[in-house]
Amino acid sequence: MIEFYTPQKDLGTPESAEHEMVSLYIDGKSVEVKKGTSVMRAAAENGVKIPKLCATDSLESFGSCRMCLVEIEGKRGYPASCTTPVEAGMKVFTQTNKLESLRKNVMELYISDHPLDCLTCPTNGDCELQDTAGEVGLRSVRYGFEGENHLVADKDESNPYFTFDPSKCIVCSRCVRACEETQGTFALTIDGRGFDSKVSFGDADSFMESDCVSCGACVAACPTATLTENSIIDKGKPEHSVITTCAYCGVGCSFQAEMKGNEVIRMTPNKNGQANEGHACVKGRFAFGYATHKDRIINPMIRESIDLPWKQVSWEEATSFAASKLKLIQKNHGVGSIGAISSSRCTNEEVYLVQKMVRMGFGNNNIDTCARVCHSPTGFGLKTTLGESAGTQTFESVSKADVIIVMGANPTEAHPVFGSRLKRRLRQGAKLIVIDPRKIELVNAPHIKAEHHLPVRPGTNVTVLNSMAHVILTENLHSEDYILERCDQNEFNEWVSFISESRHSPEETESQSGVPADELRSAARLYANGGNGAIFYGLGVTEHSQGSTAVMAIANLAMLTGNLGREGVGVNPLRGQNNVQGSCDMGSFPHELPGYRHISIDESREIFETEWGVNLDSEPGLRIPNMFDSAIEGQFKGLYCQGEDIAQSDPNTQHVEMALKSLDCLIVQDIFLNETAKFAHVFLPGASFLEKDGTFTNAERRISRVRQAIPPLSGKADWEATLALANELGCDMSYDHPSEIMDEISRLTPTFNGVSYEKLDELGSIQWPCNETVPEGTPIMHVDTFVKGKGSFALTEYIASEEKANRRFPLLLTTGRILSQYNVGAQTRRTKNVSWHEEDTLEIHPHDAEDRGIRHGDWVGIKSRVGETVLHAKITSKVKPGVVYTTFHHPVSGANVITTDNSDWATNCPEYKVTAVQVSKVSAPSNWQIQQKKFDAKQKDFLSEAKV
Amino acid sequence: MRKLFIPNDTSAVAMGSNLVANRFEELIKNKSLDIQIIRNGSRGMFWLEPLVEFESDFKRFGFQSVDLSEVESILEFICDDSFDAALNKHPKFLGETESIEYFKKQQRLSFFRSGLGDPLCIDHYSSLEGFTGLKKALEMQPQQIVDEVKNSGLRGRGGAAFPTGIKWQTVLDTAHSKKYIVCNADEGDSGTFADRLLMESDPYQLIEGMIIAGLAVNANQGYIYLRSEYPFAHATLNTAISRCYAEGILGQNVLGKKICFELEVRLGAGAYICGEETSLLESLEGKRGLVRSKPPLPAIEGLFGCPTVVNNVLTLGAISTILCKGSDYYKNYGTGRSRGTLPVQLSGNIKRGGLIEIPFGISLREIVEDFGGGTFSGNPVKAIQVGGPLGAFVDRDKWDTPMDYEAFSAINSMIGHGGIVVFDDQINMFDQARFAMEFCAIESCGKCTPCRIGSTRGLEVLDKISSKKDVEDNLILLEELCDTMEHSSLCAMGGMTPFPVKSAVELYKEDFT
Ligand SMILES: Cc1cc2nc3c(=O)[nH]c(=O)nc-3n(C[C@H](O)[C@H](O)[C@H](O)COP(=O)(O)O)c2cc1C
Ligand code: SF4
Ligand code: SF4
Ligand code: SF4
Ligand code: SF4
Ligand code: FES
Repeated sequence: MIEFYTPQKDLGTPESAEHEMVSLYIDGKSVEVKKGTSVMRAAAENGVKIPKLCATDSLESFGSCRMCLVEIEGKRGYPASCTTPVEAGMKVFTQTNKLESLRKNVMELYISDHPLDCLTCPTNGDCELQDTAGEVGLRSVRYGFEGENHLVADKDESNPYFTFDPSKCIVCSRCVRACEETQGTFALTIDGRGFDSKVSFGDADSFMESDCVSCGACVAACPTATLTENSIIDKGKPEHSVITTCAYCGVGCSFQAEMKGNEVIRMTPNKNGQANEGHACVKGRFAFGYATHKDRIINPMIRESIDLPWKQVSWEEATSFAASKLKLIQKNHGVGSIGAISSSRCTNEEVYLVQKMVRMGFGNNNIDTCARVCHSPTGFGLKTTLGESAGTQTFESVSKADVIIVMGANPTEAHPVFGSRLKRRLRQGAKLIVIDPRKIELVNAPHIKAEHHLPVRPGTNVTVLNSMAHVILTENLHSEDYILERCDQNEFNEWVSFISESRHSPEETESQSGVPADELRSAARLYANGGNGAIFYGLGVTEHSQGSTAVMAIANLAMLTGNLGREGVGVNPLRGQNNVQGSCDMGSFPHELPGYRHISIDESREIFETEWGVNLDSEPGLRIPNMFDSAIEGQFKGLYCQGEDIAQSDPNTQHVEMALKSLDCLIVQDIFLNETAKFAHVFLPGASFLEKDGTFTNAERRISRVRQAIPPLSGKADWEATLALANELGCDMSYDHPSEIMDEISRLTPTFNGVSYEKLDELGSIQWPCNETVPEGTPIMHVDTFVKGKGSFALTEYIASEEKANRRFPLLLTTGRILSQYNVGAQTRRTKNVSWHEEDTLEIHPHDAEDRGIRHGDWVGIKSRVGETVLHAKITSKVKPGVVYTTFHHPVSGANVITTDNSDWATNCPEYKVTAVQVSKVSAPSNWQIQQKKFDAKQKDFLSEAKV
Repeated sequence: MRKLFIPNDTSAVAMGSNLVANRFEELIKNKSLDIQIIRNGSRGMFWLEPLVEFESDFKRFGFQSVDLSEVESILEFICDDSFDAALNKHPKFLGETESIEYFKKQQRLSFFRSGLGDPLCIDHYSSLEGFTGLKKALEMQPQQIVDEVKNSGLRGRGGAAFPTGIKWQTVLDTAHSKKYIVCNADEGDSGTFADRLLMESDPYQLIEGMIIAGLAVNANQGYIYLRSEYPFAHATLNTAISRCYAEGILGQNVLGKKICFELEVRLGAGAYICGEETSLLESLEGKRGLVRSKPPLPAIEGLFGCPTVVNNVLTLGAISTILCKGSDYYKNYGTGRSRGTLPVQLSGNIKRGGLIEIPFGISLREIVEDFGGGTFSGNPVKAIQVGGPLGAFVDRDKWDTPMDYEAFSAINSMIGHGGIVVFDDQINMFDQARFAMEFCAIESCGKCTPCRIGSTRGLEVLDKISSKKDVEDNLILLEELCDTMEHSSLCAMGGMTPFPVKSAVELYKEDFT
């Protein structure tokens, strides 16, 4: 069904937070609205439109344009309806002769300083100034056009995605306010006074030089063509649209994909999207051009060996080729010799299907997911302590938090829309504690200053968390009643005697963690005493040898202070990829069936055996690192890898490459010929999120619909490709639409019982658990009791990582990502986001650089126990001495050539965040980089040969 | 010891009082005379400055417009033991200062101390009923203080004439852990100086008023937002404040009570609009001086979002009198709903400019003709602008209107901060209308469209009129523009600029066609 494009409805001012209702009269009609509502919104909610220019419902009212004047009985003059709150019994008149002439005269003033080129203006037909001029009936401008004006002001085209044309600006400040209120970046201001007032970029001369992070909030807020997306300038207005979900990060923003025919023109964040409430970041809003990039591969390809060129074939030929290879391998090497890796980038339905195919068709449990390398410790740690492998809150809940701990996460870069929410709360006065080796933006951002920054040495998170718990307990700041009521007492008592040992005191751990004891003490006191305490953490917590321990230590802290089970508190993993939560929920782990049910439990297995009509293996299968090891050992021979670039994203690249080369059959399904596909025998073209139906589950357990905007370029959506392969393997399954897959999931999974596409359409999104008792889902978990019953305090002994700095490798390398790029960069590198980040660099502290004679921009070699790579140096005191940092967005950077096989003790999640390295000035790329370049060139040739 | 008073306020200094004082000092030293020089504040009779006074028999005698060359003769004169005021022959001798008609006819409540002694001497202040009001207030409940202020009938002297007691009641009633008292000392109206005079000549009165305001609404932090062009007032206030801290009048324990009040001066941003209270608050918060839309009222969400009293210097000054003498005493002055006294500031083309504190009810004509003595040039008065740059020109036949808020608004005019500027018949009223519009174009904060674009277009239309282009049409357009600005502007800057413009066109049409 085509939904014709309509701009989202704008009620003028934000919804009131009050519950009490007030009734009043608008143009003689009695209406009822919430107390605190503006007269403008009261009118809009009741179908009465009052002209407006400076008001929009995503921003606080401002009262500058004076188009929205009304008359109110008993009130002097002509109050602005956007800034006047309703009062009981008020009699408002929105249309009188006087109002008509005032509005017309104000509009006349506007137009006396506006170019008269509506017909050739890019937003012709989608411009609030134009519409309003029409509404008020302006017919002439008696001032003429010879007066002072801004008509010759220069355009700023520095941003790759939008253009700023100040000649059209009406100085309504919506952009400035959007940058402040919605995004929290404060890049824009109004300069000058009176007639000379104009939008400016602070001290900078252009958008790109300013602090702007290109979130686009200002562009969306602009009522005129002053700030316009370049895609609209180039292609005109969209004509139809569909609501879908961003496929980048775990925030899971809802979007209106706006199209013209089969071309996406603009992605506009959905005001009704519960995760993002109308906001977005540079990736989701602008970086969708990769979907139609020329590098997309849209035909299936096969080859016998990776030293041979590719051959383009039909879908049937590709899947039957792959199936027969896999069957042959199993015949020769046993049932366990093949496996699959599912993707956190794909939909729930697709992930479910991959694990189903493995369990049903491969006959083993060799299914793992890329969540292994990011948040598997979250699943383990939270399940062990609280009973559910998921974050406890909604994002919205942060608006009720009083003290916020951000640990091992950098929300303003990696989870930008949540970052903006967080900043808003911090600007309202909530206190912030940052625990991170780097001085992330939040430590000191415009109008935000962290109360405490604990610059923990990489690898020692657990000591810091234990010390915090130690302080809270020994200083008697814990919530005794809460613990008594909600937690297991035996475990708690055991934990008390463990944690109160003096070796956990901050004075004792200081030398290890590098965190000053008194700072840690004050931070602990603040968290314990400061009201609602909420913890948000990211991969800087999980991707360690002690990742699971750290997650449990976080849960301990929250239980200790009673900060679980209501709004404003909680423990919240910030998920990296869009569907990390979902891919874990969907049972794509070697030991777990959908809904986190262990494969060895007979009753769980039976449910699926009955539904699928097969017998399931009760033995857990191989995890990703085991698959690699086993491949190198020669036992594991076939791998189906969907939507994940393990050759770039997994640690110790050389080890991974060796494993991939050992395979007899590697089937890669992706939208590009990624690094892994260069080792593949079968390539199945993937579909981007715009090309398919399905669901994603974000970090707050929110299931949102992905809706097809354009048909799959390759003819098959990913679920259809998996289905075809499964059928070739002899699995008896058939689905006509992903909704049928979801129906099966909800039939088989208690936490999903109430989920269906129908209900998703109705509610917009659903946070699981959703079932008979909670038919509309569960925003906050563990409300009265913990999912597991009594909460468990876990003993969180700190066992230092094997990876230690020493004389040979004196620096600790930690990795992260930046706003404009996404993970391995396969998508964002193929968009104009490269304007912000052309290459990965090595951040190094001035002292360490000085010691090594390194200057800004020098080539430096980074050597670890397992490998070496070369990057440009960036000297900055964001990292502390002894720590170096890089991103991993570009394959040539080879960031993972140096990361090691060390991993979390419980889940094997790799220790990306700590690698001991030496850094030195060099003049040439590393050996690996030279080899990689050659290999890459050869594979590209094989590809182009296939194309002709 | 004899005492000699040489004023030290900005206007006297501008007339050379510092040079005169130095000269006196030199001569006194050389001749080893037993005379003490006291640098007092100004009496507010500017045409007499530097006004040198000496004290004899507890009476004060003055010499007007003293010149350096006259210092010696004055010294001789006052050292003469046979001095007899009645018989004096010195050309600059004025006789008893307080018998000067101009002074005698006033009713000085707020300015009674002004010019009497060293403005920074706490003992002097206390000896003249200083801090009596505060001491009383310290024994009262907040609501009692607010009730006193309500009963006094005091209305804001900063321009809008809003009843002060009602404003305070709102702040008192708004529960919040932090509240502020902000004194608006941005005094931007052309031809006004009463705020400055009060701060330079009697700073403790303002401080006392602010502490009382703090007691009344439970605020313990005050700011004085001071016009940046008032360096001397700045120095005076800072010294006065630090002395109050030293004496335990400000700080953690006000006069030994468990009451805290902190006070600080902040310099203004140098823009007229920063005198508008919400713009002032933005500026105090360190932002650009942009007008906020109301609601919320500053009394509910003011400085940093907290309930805030914003009052003019004169308003807060009057508080100490009201508490000291009782609200009934204060209320006894005045007329109708305008109670108490109004410090009028007379300037422009006028013979006797200065500060005239009178009870409400005296007519405009009395002020200009009796006090002011007509124009300085001696030509007939052509126009009188009341209430600052946004005030209307008052028509000849309205000059008998009593100084009363309601009476003035009935003639489409306003008293505002009490500034009265007089023009003689040499003035061209088109120029004045243009000046008013230009003032708006220059001073507009730029937030709202009618004022931001309207004032610039207004200037252009006026210029078309003066160059005789479609005069009739453009006069109509000007009138409509004025109407639009008046009714749709966000604040009084754009909303009242039409007053001087429209009144100039209406009353002096001949200057426009
Ligand atoms: C453009 C403009 C300029 C103003 N300037 C001043 C000023 O310089 N001093 C002042 O006290 N009030 C000024 N006001 C009035 C203040 O907004 C406000 O009404 C006053 O400070 C309140 O104190 P009051 O109630 O004691 O008068 C100005 C108002 C406007 C609209
Ligand atoms: S794009 Fe975002 S960050 Fe940049 S100026 Fe606009 S609102 Fe601010
Ligand atoms: S750029 Fe757009 S949003 Fe910003 S002030 Fe101008 S018209 Fe308003
Ligand atoms: S914050 Fe995440 S989900 Fe939202 S638009 Fe950006 S990348 Fe997409
Ligand atoms: S009337 Fe003028 S000064 Fe007042 S808010 Fe509007 S633009 Fe600013
Ligand atoms: S919409 Fe109300 S003033 Fe602009």
